[in-house]
Amino acid sequence: MKLEHLKRIRVAVSLVFFVLTAILFLDFASTISPFWMNNILFLQFIPSLTKFLTLFSSAGTGFLVALLLTLLFGRVYCSTICPLGTLQDVVSFVGRKLDKKKHHRYLKSFNPIRYGLLTLTAFMAPSGFLLLLNFLDPFSSFGRIVANLAQPLALAANNGMASVMESTGIYALNLIPLRSIALSSIAVTIVIFGVVLWMSYKHGRLYCNTLCPVGSLLGLISKVSLYRIAINEEGCIGCNLCEQVCKGGCIDKKAKTVDFSRCVGCYNCFTVCPTEGLEFRRALFGRPPATPQKPDYKRREAMYNSCLLVASAFGTTTIGTKKIISTKESTVVVVRTIPVAPPGSQGIKHFTTTCTACHLCVTACPSQVLIPSFIEYGLTGMMQPRLDYRAAFCNYECTTCTEICPSGAILPVAQEQKKLTQFGTAKFLKDNCIVYTEEKECGACSEHCPTKAVRMVPYKKLVAPEVKEDYCIGCGACEFACPTRPYKAIYVEGKSVHGLAKKPEVKKLDVKVQEDFPF
Amino acid sequence: MDRRDFLRTAIGGSIVAGSSIALGNYSKQLGWPDDAPVPVYDLVAVKGGEPDAMFDRAIESLGGMGKFVGKGKQVLVKPNIGWDVEPELAGNTNPKLVRRIIEHCYSAGAKKVYVFDHTCDRWTKTYLKSGIQLSAQDAGATVVSGASEGYYQEVKVPTGQTLTEAKVHELLLSSDVFINVPILKHHSSSKLTIGMKNLMGVVWDRGYWHRNDLHQCIADFASYRKPDLTIVDAYYVMKQNGPRGTSKEDVLTMKSQIVSTDIVAADAASAKLFGMEPDEIPYITKADQMKLGRKNLDALSINRIRL
Repeated sequence: MKLEHLKRIRVAVSLVFFVLTAILFLDFASTISPFWMNNILFLQFIPSLTKFLTLFSSAGTGFLVALLLTLLFGRVYCSTICPLGTLQDVVSFVGRKLDKKKHHRYLKSFNPIRYGLLTLTAFMAPSGFLLLLNFLDPFSSFGRIVANLAQPLALAANNGMASVMESTGIYALNLIPLRSIALSSIAVTIVIFGVVLWMSYKHGRLYCNTLCPVGSLLGLISKVSLYRIAINEEGCIGCNLCEQVCKGGCIDKKAKTVDFSRCVGCYNCFTVCPTEGLEFRRALFGRPPATPQKPDYKRREAMYNSCLLVASAFGTTTIGTKKIISTKESTVVVVRTIPVAPPGSQGIKHFTTTCTACHLCVTACPSQVLIPSFIEYGLTGMMQPRLDYRAAFCNYECTTCTEICPSGAILPVAQEQKKLTQFGTAKFLKDNCIVYTEEKECGACSEHCPTKAVRMVPYKKLVAPEVKEDYCIGCGACEFACPTRPYKAIYVEGKSVHGLAKKPEVKKLDVKVQEDFPF
Repeated sequence: MDRRDFLRTAIGGSIVAGSSIALGNYSKQLGWPDDAPVPVYDLVAVKGGEPDAMFDRAIESLGGMGKFVGKGKQVLVKPNIGWDVEPELAGNTNPKLVRRIIEHCYSAGAKKVYVFDHTCDRWTKTYLKSGIQLSAQDAGATVVSGASEGYYQEVKVPTGQTLTEAKVHELLLSSDVFINVPILKHHSSSKLTIGMKNLMGVVWDRGYWHRNDLHQCIADFASYRKPDLTIVDAYYVMKQNGPRGTSKEDVLTMKSQIVSTDIVAADAASAKLFGMEPDEIPYITKADQMKLGRKNLDALSINRIRL
């Protein structure tokens, strides 16, 4: 195969991954099955790695494929599988269409930042501080960009079309309400998206070669790849065309070197080279790479810097459980001390130390009850989703999030097991309840309760709610349905370690069907 | 002339034509001579058959669906599709009944039949698991979401005492005929959910009802637009742990159905069928006092059919 065809293959493969991944995050009508979600996202590096470390099962081995590819041909992953990589390619492609004079050039490497961030992330993540990883992981960032910025636009377009069609009596599209807005996640997304946009418009894959921990890790590995791109000094005529199309900025035409650790495998160089000035060189058993090996002082400096950073980070980071306190207006303020983590996440600790905040569960949750958190889980848990019962509640029979979580933060739970998984417990605030305060019939909470943990018991001439926590799973149906404002008379307190609820009581009916009409 | 009188006159005036067209073969089975007058009933109660067969008999005895659905009319069929549970758990209206009602509407010449509910559980799930989406679509109806505020429009409830305004689904406003198809269930807060309670599924802000005297609001809203027909599904009946239910142990197979143009009468008869007195359910008493219908079954002409 001729090397100039590689680019076309790369573009095709990358677009397939990009489009499929984007569709998963856009799908507001829950049309895509968990089977497809899991398969499409199987190769995504960070979620796959965390899933592997959590489950030690074949479901999380996608990252090994990426590692193997890198060991063979360098960072192929970055230009095909990574959706954020392709997004940057689209930006720099459009940028260079708009400004024909603009072209890429060799960039010096920012190895201290690059390996510093990698080391810092690699030290912090295993100890449960995922915040930095969650800010920088390209897959999760891409997920948040689609979830927070693109999905609302798609929804708005859908609703606009639905309204127009509906006015002519066609109900083919459904109006779908927007999710609750999570400002912190949107703000972080806008900042990261802005940085990615600016870097890719200016310098191609600068993000991947300075900030991205996956890029840096695969970059390190690609230093020992079996096949590496190098300049063939006999064929090269020094025309400089390859440097001008190199998105990684890793071809130095003057020195006739290729910094393969920064090569993202876009293969643009092969396409433009008029001679055979570039080649894939087998490095292990064949000729050694063109550049002579020298001690890399910059790298040592980077390691040193990152150690300092790690030390300082440990010194300053604290995990706190932030209390959600509503502003005082009516009688009893709802104070939730533990946020509600999704069923299947086992508890706050497992969830916050595994979730990369990609927001797939947020966009896929049919009930729209999963909302990116602010600092309810503590600072390092920022953007990791929690259940927010203001706008919805967790559907009793639904297990969607447990089936699709790419990182293993929410583990698969069978439906019957989910119906007994206690991820929170309802708390009743008598002094907020209108049955007690106004002596009026209500019962919305009990009506919605799927396990009858909330039941109505006689109170004066009325019936009033009573909670049996043993039977409560924490779905929040009661809190959602409770009509009191501004504070609910019943709310769900999260559980730091998820438990098992008792099976709903079954009481046999002792009535028979009457033969006659009773009237 | 109120609706009841109008219907009586209309039915009476077209007995001969109606019986031969709408009753067709059934009139023979029932043993009536072809052109004898059909008795006029306020309420029909059926027992002992499948939901669709019971409805066939009930609607025939009321003069056929043609009495309620004119040619070219738009019809709204409003079942209870509140919960993400299978039909046997009796949380939602029986899908076989919904299908047969829609078929009757189209046979009577309806232009378009719509089905929706403002559900409690996630609507996409309840529509599917209840079996109603499939059976309604099979019968040719358009199944619409009720899950977005965008569908709802502000209306006044002029004779409401507590509930004076509400946001109702636009399909209730645009439809010529409104067929209310509740399921009879135990209900933890309103005691029983039947016809009037089922109307909560066409409004947006149900919290307001709960906050401000549920029973009065239920009765108030029944005055906004009385359904042209209320068909109470009592095939599977949830006797306890309603309205959602926890298991099949909550369900009694009663194989019954109540059909009436009077929503209060339908609720009163259904309450009796359930084993309660109508006056035990405050909204029935209130609705009767507001003259929205009649709860006194002794004063009604009732056709009791056994299959």
